[in-house]
Amino acid sequence: MRLTCPLCGPRDRREFYYSGAAVALDRPGAEAPPEAWDDHLHNRDNPAGVTQDLWYHEQGCCSWLKVTRNTVTHEILAVETVGGDSTAGGVA
Amino acid sequence: MPDLIAKPALGLPPLTHAGTTLAEAALPQITAIAPFPGQSAAVGTALGLTFPAPNCVTEAGEARLVWAGRDLAFLLGKAAPEGLPAAVTDQSDGWVALTLSGPQAVQVLARLVPLDLRDMPRGQAARTALNHLPLVLIAEGEGAFTLLTFRSMARTAWHEIGEAMEKLAARAALTP
Ligand SMILES: [Zn+2]
Repeated sequence: MRLTCPLCGPRDRREFYYSGAAVALDRPGAEAPPEAWDDHLHNRDNPAGVTQDLWYHEQGCCSWLKVTRNTVTHEILAVETVGGDSTAGGVA
Repeated sequence: MPDLIAKPALGLPPLTHAGTTLAEAALPQITAIAPFPGQSAAVGTALGLTFPAPNCVTEAGEARLVWAGRDLAFLLGKAAPEGLPAAVTDQSDGWVALTLSGPQAVQVLARLVPLDLRDMPRGQAARTALNHLPLVLIAEGEGAFTLLTFRSMARTAWHEIGEAMEKLAARAALTP
């Protein structure tokens, strides 16, 4: 399995650490009811099809990545950096 | 300030198999430079180098700026000036530099590094792994590489590379 890191390019799976569902990015608001927090912390879907999860490019650029993939076909549909674009690379 | 005695991480003589040589290189100074948001170009100007794009190295004379991760580069061969618009960390003595050069260097690294290093030109670098060890790989061109890893792992890195060199040479000796 390979993931194409937006910064580093196509890299072997061994360079990445799997963190779990990308639901961690959608934090409930401060006023959200306890049910929303329960959902956020404990409940996960287990889809046969497209899912999104977080991977850490541990042996690479140290970016957190949101990966969209298909659990049935094993297709990687998108890999995006989390927390905005990198400011490095000659771009001010 | 006490007068400390500088010692190499390994102090081993170079190792050669089938015309390919592994050696420890001097690494007098290494500084991590993480520009503050939007300050990459200003950091580059202050250093007299362009802040490198991902997987790249920029150089001017002895000084090199090696991309080392998201919004991070390592400065080699020169001290960082005061007042850079960046988080600056002196990492000298924390890293070891090895060089691997010769006709089998790419094949040796193919056993340890999960990247295709054939035809990787000078000016390219990669933050990746040497087996389980963290690695900053710098292409020197013509099949030569500089390998940076944590100094505490120097002997393991040397052992892993040495073993790959030995096995490749042994296999080559079997083929008439
Ligand atoms: Zn990466």
